[in-house]
Amino acid sequence: MKHEIWDVHCHLCGVPGTTPEARLGKLLEYADRMGIARLCVSMGMTMEHDPSPEFMRRSNDEVLQAVKRFPDRAFGFVYLNPRHTQASLDELNRCVRDGPMVGVKLWVAQHCNNPSLDPIVAHATELKAIVTQHTWLKFTGNLPGESTPMDLAELAVRHPKATLFCAHTGGNWERGIRAIRPYPNIYADINGVDPTAGFTEMAVRELGAEHVLYGSDAGGRSFASQLAKVLGAEIPDSARRLILGENLKRLLRPILSEKGIKI
Amino acid sequence: MTHKQSAISLDRRDFLKVAIAVAGVSSLGNATAVRAVDATSSGFIDTNVYLSRWPLRRLPCDDTAALVAKLRGQNVTQAWVGSFDGLLHRDIAAVNARLADECRRHGNGLLVPFGSVNPKFPDWEDDLRRCAEEHRMPGIRLHPSYHGYKLDDPDFAKLVQLATKRGLIVQLALAMEDRRMMHPLLQVEPPDVKPLADVVKETPGLRLVLLNAMTLLRGQPLLDLVKAGEVFTEIAMLEGVGGVAGLLKKMPLSRLLFGSYAPFFYFESALLKLKESPLSDEQLRAIRCDNAWRLLAKKSQPN
Repeated sequence: MKHEIWDVHCHLCGVPGTTPEARLGKLLEYADRMGIARLCVSMGMTMEHDPSPEFMRRSNDEVLQAVKRFPDRAFGFVYLNPRHTQASLDELNRCVRDGPMVGVKLWVAQHCNNPSLDPIVAHATELKAIVTQHTWLKFTGNLPGESTPMDLAELAVRHPKATLFCAHTGGNWERGIRAIRPYPNIYADINGVDPTAGFTEMAVRELGAEHVLYGSDAGGRSFASQLAKVLGAEIPDSARRLILGENLKRLLRPILSEKGIKI
Repeated sequence: MTHKQSAISLDRRDFLKVAIAVAGVSSLGNATAVRAVDATSSGFIDTNVYLSRWPLRRLPCDDTAALVAKLRGQNVTQAWVGSFDGLLHRDIAAVNARLADECRRHGNGLLVPFGSVNPKFPDWEDDLRRCAEEHRMPGIRLHPSYHGYKLDDPDFAKLVQLATKRGLIVQLALAMEDRRMMHPLLQVEPPDVKPLADVVKETPGLRLVLLNAMTLLRGQPLLDLVKAGEVFTEIAMLEGVGGVAGLLKKMPLSRLLFGSYAPFFYFESALLKLKESPLSDEQLRAIRCDNAWRLLAKKSQPN
């Protein structure tokens, strides 16, 4: 049986190319070699921890430009900064409500348990958009605004109807998985962490395969190391199928349907 | 010779198709099966494998028999193995004896032991002697971060020189895990690699293999070190899309080895990196086995 692979977490940084389209094209060349059908892309040619409204718009324009070139292969996620709430809501409307993007990307500008996220997450939920939140638990120390899975758990309680992706599962996945385990609207996105054996097995055991998503964090990470977490894990093939693509398809279906995109 | 890309090379008679072998993956069908890595009849030489238990979690395949089955299933014909016990155990002589014994009892020659030596321990010279003379190991594996010395330490230089005189390969593990993910009670500093080039230059005949080096050593510093002598590295911690091909644009092919860091990492990570990068038959063969084979073959010619 063939499993279709959808990658929930890619960026245009760390990829050769002088234009957004060239970079996405290069990413897709590698994706093709690995049998990956679709990529979710967020953030532009450069990244800023605490982007200004202008930087957000420019970054999202670059992603829009890239996905426009490959509409059958890539979905865009709008990069927002909760420290600029109104500008973020405007971007959400521009890129998701009135544009082709299907999700929100939140990085390290603001801890995600901060109330400033509430209007953004509430509106994203109205639009049926997924919210991807970067999370890490670094023993070397998080950045000032860098969220943990525990922060995301607080947000999940306030927004039980939101679909929240816990990107990197906190890095320290043994703690991250436990932190999100009680919250059915949080999904473990296993991207961007070393391919440490046992990660996926624990996620499937503790969260259920329907709550685990494959992502790569390419171009900074290789597709190879991140796919290995799923292809090399000692899990049932039915779980592999869900993690590689079926879960993401299921969770994107409402917004894709709204936009008239058939999958 | 025309160096066809790997996807084309699968039809060549002298290459055996490796339909990868990832448990359960073969059923994924042609879109996702990991199959573009071809192998000669000699298979893979994995230069970065460990036996025994990681101190902080059980790993799939941290039982030697299970690991051997996994490696065999992936067409690995030789695995250079150290011991996780070598990181923290103080009775290093017993660690190495167990390692040698495990390698004898399992795998029918698949496992090649690389013993641990801590140059800050009293009488470490005898651990080195035992590795070479009693256990007949082809090399040693060093863990400076866990043994508490820097790479400009005279004891490290002395160890490298004595190992080289005995004809031993020296493997240097620069990291064992992402520093951000370390247990709060077991945090170690990564070594400063700057002094390493001088150690290499001052040790004629040294064959140095850097393990898990790619998070610490990239770009020009890595290239400078490779130019300093017979220095090799492997791909376990290499990251970024198309990482292997990108590295080969600057690094000599002859210095790159296959290393999975199994069972700590999923073996498939290193394997899939050879699929992700467009590589010629010659490049694949060199990384997969030929470079390691040549390196090991020099063992019988100590200075």
